[in-house]
Amino acid sequence: MKTHIFSSIVLTFSFMLITMGGYTGLVWGIGQLAPNQGKGITIQQNGKSYYENIGQTFSDDRYFWSRPSAVGYNAAGSAGSNKGPSNPDYLRQVQDRIDTFMVHHPGISKAEIPADLVTASGSGLDPHISPQAAYVQAGRIARTRSIPEAEVQKLVSKHIEGPWLGLFGPSKVNVLELNLALDQQ
Amino acid sequence: MNTELLGVLAIFLLSVLLAIPLGRYVARVYLGTPTLLDPVMGPLEKLLFQISRIDAHRDMDWKEQLKAMLSINLIWFLITMAVLMNMSWLPLKPDGNPSMSADLAFNTAISFVVNCNLQHYSGESGLSYLGQLMLMFLQFVSAAIGMAAAVIVFNSLRDQQSTGLGNFWNYFTKSITRILLPVSVLGAIIFTFQGMPVTLEGKDTMVSLQGDTVQVSRGPVAPFVAIKHLGTNGGGFFGANSAHPLENINYLTNELQLLLQFLIPLAMVFAMGYFVKKRKFALMIFGVMTLGFLILVIPNIYTEMQGNPAISQMGIDQSLGAMEGKEVRNGAASSGYWSILTTVISTGSVNAMHDSTMPLSGMNELLAMMVNGFFGGCGVGILNIYIYIIIAVFISGLMVGRTPEFMGKKVEAREVKIAMLTALLSPLLIMGGTALAAWMVVNNPDLPWLNNPSFHGFSEMLYEMTSANANNGSGFEGLGDNNPFWNISTGIVLLFGRFIPIIGPVAIAGLLAGKKFIPESAGTLKTDTLTFGAMIFSVIVILTALSYFPALTLGPLAEYFTM
Repeated sequence: MKTHIFSSIVLTFSFMLITMGGYTGLVWGIGQLAPNQGKGITIQQNGKSYYENIGQTFSDDRYFWSRPSAVGYNAAGSAGSNKGPSNPDYLRQVQDRIDTFMVHHPGISKAEIPADLVTASGSGLDPHISPQAAYVQAGRIARTRSIPEAEVQKLVSKHIEGPWLGLFGPSKVNVLELNLALDQQ
Repeated sequence: MNTELLGVLAIFLLSVLLAIPLGRYVARVYLGTPTLLDPVMGPLEKLLFQISRIDAHRDMDWKEQLKAMLSINLIWFLITMAVLMNMSWLPLKPDGNPSMSADLAFNTAISFVVNCNLQHYSGESGLSYLGQLMLMFLQFVSAAIGMAAAVIVFNSLRDQQSTGLGNFWNYFTKSITRILLPVSVLGAIIFTFQGMPVTLEGKDTMVSLQGDTVQVSRGPVAPFVAIKHLGTNGGGFFGANSAHPLENINYLTNELQLLLQFLIPLAMVFAMGYFVKKRKFALMIFGVMTLGFLILVIPNIYTEMQGNPAISQMGIDQSLGAMEGKEVRNGAASSGYWSILTTVISTGSVNAMHDSTMPLSGMNELLAMMVNGFFGGCGVGILNIYIYIIIAVFISGLMVGRTPEFMGKKVEAREVKIAMLTALLSPLLIMGGTALAAWMVVNNPDLPWLNNPSFHGFSEMLYEMTSANANNGSGFEGLGDNNPFWNISTGIVLLFGRFIPIIGPVAIAGLLAGKKFIPESAGTLKTDTLTFGAMIFSVIVILTALSYFPALTLGPLAEYFTM
């Protein structure tokens, strides 16, 4: 038994050194060649820096809205709502979101609102919305910014990221990039 | 065809295709035949064995194997407790996160030592980077324990009389140096170049385009995520696990994480075929596991893509699927696939919140963990299916009126008793634990545990206990679980749920290995046939249904029928 304890202790510290030190250090070292030296990909505009993969709150009528978030897009933390599909309080909340959306988007029918706009993401930091969710907001953007709706639609189309390799996964729009492009118009 | 479904199909097929050569490699590693990494890893292993005074060629009997395994687990538990409770003054703490309370550290240390990774904290606020790295270390070594235990059982399946069971230290060390470490390095580098952070800098403060000041948590994420999946650990670096956009950057990283977590559970089945030279038997086991997996996963993909019927009634377009708790870049199909993959193989990582999946999807996630043998965790999946096999051999023997035999060894009362007790421990822990929790809630309605009322609230508690027993680690995360009741109760369930299902099969393997070898004859029950596969599958279905149907009725089924 004693020999097992000795072997256990020595092996443990050796593997701590190999994995916590060697492995992490190796990946960190190679990571210095990665985008932004492995500190997260950023986008710069007008002297400000943003994270490409971290969603932001957009509630202003002049911007495309992001999805609802359980953490208010503060990436100090991350969480979903964890509401069950049959929870009555939750369903009321969804109904409220639909009503709010309808008020800000007159002339839109409910069947045009895609589910992602009225549900919270798993992380609370989702940087994307679906292409439908962007198109359905185009009319409002055009009105508040006094630009032709066709131009807004065109901007959205330009920002759609299709499936990976054109084959796998959903299409999506990065809300921050789309709004940055709007500001540059 | 829908691109979301195509993504799921592609990654499933790719996983199986890659697992076959990997399985052959794994078998070669454990058999000690020459492999590609010999020049690099050979000297390192030699040095490790030398300084820790291990004779890696010496055969151990099954009791000695278990002693070695338990003693190293004890050491890990003690060191991890010490680190987690002293993080606030130890180095690598750029965010100044506090140390853990004793009960939370107890739960977390056990949880990562046993390869479960149930997390009652959020990484952003609950751990320093030293704590994260410590847990990353455990993700390597706990996975290696499962693999080593599986190889010990493989040894007992080789049809020679009284063969040795090999050397635990040898299998444990090689699992890390030859399999887990090299593949993790590869995965982590790809993740890094996709934009996953690997830095020791702390939180960044940022002003959003609209003018809100927020913070962004970072850290050495990429190396952590690679081993978290490869070792079917599943513990998240961030609170939202692989739903977090920095822990799962894009669809490519999502597919890669699905691949990494599936590789070893699949490869171990094929490795068994190569190792014991019974490829037809391995293929039969693969068939049983795949059938179970597909029966659970297909309904989940379909249900999640259909969307929430309660929201459909509000008149909303649900063509994206049930998006509550899901990320747009992953999509509903991939999230449905992930929800079952992560539960059948005991990873427990999530790319969408299980608490918000549809009632029947939640039920399938629970069933996947209750069976825990449709592939199952890194190495331990083989051990779980081994128990089902022994029971199936016993029942078949009774049906045809012969002494049951398995791989040329008589299966007698002692082995069957161990198998039955191991199999029955799960329902006892899950139902006992859930009953106790439900009793607490009924008598103290003010307890701030449940995030959802009624049937779904019950499901949250059932899920937590099931996840702990299966060493899975996913959760219906709405449950308020960072308190002494849940920390201590699940901590105990975790320990039993880990070590009994390892000790049982290793003990059976040891007992069988010591018996006389009986050459195959006309009267031998063939264990590599379709019929026997059906027998194993039936045993799994009957055991699971009898044990858990009442509990599932109270939770997900009731929710489904009342929606």
